[in-house]
Amino acid sequence: MSAESVQFHHDAERLTRDLRHRALIRKALGGYYVKRDEEKAKYTDWQQARISAAAAKHEAVNHLDKYLIELSDKLAARGTRVFWAADGDEAAEYISSVARNAGVKRIIKSKTMTGEEIHLPRALEKAGYEVVESDLGEFIVQLREEAPYHIVFPSMHLTRGEISDVFEKKLGSPPADTPEELTMIARDVMRKKYCEADMGISGANFAVAETGHISITENEGNARLSTSLPGVLVSIVGIEKVVPRLDDLVVLLPMLATAGAGQNMTCYNTLLGGPRQPGETDGPGAFHVVLLDNRRTALLADAEQRDALHCIRCGACLNVCPIFKNIGGHSYGTTYQGPIGSVITPHLRGLQSWKHLSFSSSLCGACTETCPVKIDLHHHLLQNRRNAIAGKPVWWEKPIFAGFAWFMCRPALYRLAAPLLRLAGPVLHAIRGKIIDPARLWTATRDLPPPPQQSFKEYWNARRAKR
Amino acid sequence: MPAVPNDSREKILRRIREALSVKAPARHLVGAVPSTAGHQPQDWLPPVPSSEAEIIALFEKNSLALKTEVRRCANATVVVSELAALARENRWKSVGSHHFALGNDPVSALGLPVVFTDRPYETATLERCDAGVSGCDCLVAQTGGILVTSASAGGRVLSVLPPHHVVIASATQLVGDLADAFSLLRKNHEPPPAFVSFITGPSRTGDIERILVLGAHGPKKLTVLLVED
Repeated sequence: MSAESVQFHHDAERLTRDLRHRALIRKALGGYYVKRDEEKAKYTDWQQARISAAAAKHEAVNHLDKYLIELSDKLAARGTRVFWAADGDEAAEYISSVARNAGVKRIIKSKTMTGEEIHLPRALEKAGYEVVESDLGEFIVQLREEAPYHIVFPSMHLTRGEISDVFEKKLGSPPADTPEELTMIARDVMRKKYCEADMGISGANFAVAETGHISITENEGNARLSTSLPGVLVSIVGIEKVVPRLDDLVVLLPMLATAGAGQNMTCYNTLLGGPRQPGETDGPGAFHVVLLDNRRTALLADAEQRDALHCIRCGACLNVCPIFKNIGGHSYGTTYQGPIGSVITPHLRGLQSWKHLSFSSSLCGACTETCPVKIDLHHHLLQNRRNAIAGKPVWWEKPIFAGFAWFMCRPALYRLAAPLLRLAGPVLHAIRGKIIDPARLWTATRDLPPPPQQSFKEYWNARRAKR
Repeated sequence: MPAVPNDSREKILRRIREALSVKAPARHLVGAVPSTAGHQPQDWLPPVPSSEAEIIALFEKNSLALKTEVRRCANATVVVSELAALARENRWKSVGSHHFALGNDPVSALGLPVVFTDRPYETATLERCDAGVSGCDCLVAQTGGILVTSASAGGRVLSVLPPHHVVIASATQLVGDLADAFSLLRKNHEPPPAFVSFITGPSRTGDIERILVLGAHGPKKLTVLLVED
């Protein structure tokens, strides 16, 4: 087992037993289900809308070279500097050099999972810059020195008490016991930071090739402030974020809001296509867009799972996943949690180290059913399992199945085994889960039904004899 | 400005082209009813009525759900008195604004210090203003949204920095859905400008126990003065 797998099993087992954690998550998601269903019901046809959204992403991903070039040219036409980064180090190095050349001291960041993926905040802090996260949930987990718990709701695992404690400790604020007071404490702290920062960093939800814009979706206004007040702006964009046309956003923006947070539309959907233009009085003087590969092209090369690049990071598959709801976001140990994380992390960070995530699934298909862009998530989990085994076969699996086949093809042996199993039943039950139980890994957490007193064949023969 | 010397662009494009040499199935179409022909994607979104009165009603209904306040004004004189009423109710001491046809008279009638953001201004001064009064490109009934650009709303900051954002718009600026809003954007600006934003309600967060709080970083209040003549 990989170190990542050992850590995963340890954390997952601990959190699954934590009933307080489970109740907190259930309560948070309960409200989401109600709002999401209300909004979905307003659509003329949600299923057709899903097909339209998937079609837009399918077109983009399957002509990625064409649309990226168009995006890059159109952005550059308004004076945007476009940098193509093959991996995270290259992106972080470039962003550091932009900061260095502009004489930057303070950086304000608005939530970017792509930035998390390449550990950008840590790289910039190491280089000596103050990096402050402005999204409330991300700010809270940054103060707690934790990773985001969920790609959309980073602090959903925390209570107001825990948040008040960390504010008291790190910000010196008085204890507060309503979400409103706590939000206002963060608002006041952040207002100063926006005005002081000389560089803003953002992510992007979409990038429109046709018009050369990145599109940022948010509720708080932190992204609008971080992208318009500092003198330099850097946006980090995964190459799969591109969509062909402006009109593709007509379905994608509402669907992201509905699937992601049960909203009709997220509060701010902002299109940015360049730095301050002639005639404008505000906005950043310089705008850099970093287009990041970081092994996305490896996933692209897997035609079977290419549709995983359709993902719009709405988090809907996390919210419905029975595994996520029990083990929580941190147990995954990945930037992207839940079903989509289990599917793509092996491609981004190595199949053999991360295959355990694909095995930790009930394959119920709730993720596939909820996905607004129709990614075949649960089948991709199965394909990851198949690929993992093909790459590193388990030596005892083949002989076991060969033996099983040999046995099942011999009716005489099968007839003999049934009464033997009936005799062994009480013994197996007595040792169930104990150290001498050969099947204890299975039986430790599962029921062992008693063997039936009659096999089907015996029953059938007896029934025929009666007639 | 640092140079951008690297060969990653070609490297990434090469990897993409190699990957795409194997075709992927259009799996999202498997089992789909082939009824997409003759339809636009927006046909599947929440329906929008066609009459002007119903569109205004839908905008008001969606705004209410978002906690945006809509005040209908029969004519330009009412706008002046409504804006003055807002200033009194909320005890404004200074406001940010820009020059636009519907806003010029009501803003100057306030008799308050005004920071104009369509000429060079200090961020710190705007930050101390109690409200930002702006125009917009259009209002979107389907979402209760407001489409702003730098030209129509006094830059990128005015509509998000002061704690109360007031939009003055004519009822003729109402459109049905997002598709209409985008076609209007194209009509007004070619190519589309460097800053475009859909504002859908006052700033909000649910990051603490998933409980809604207004005014996370942006405006705590959003008011639309809708001029009907």
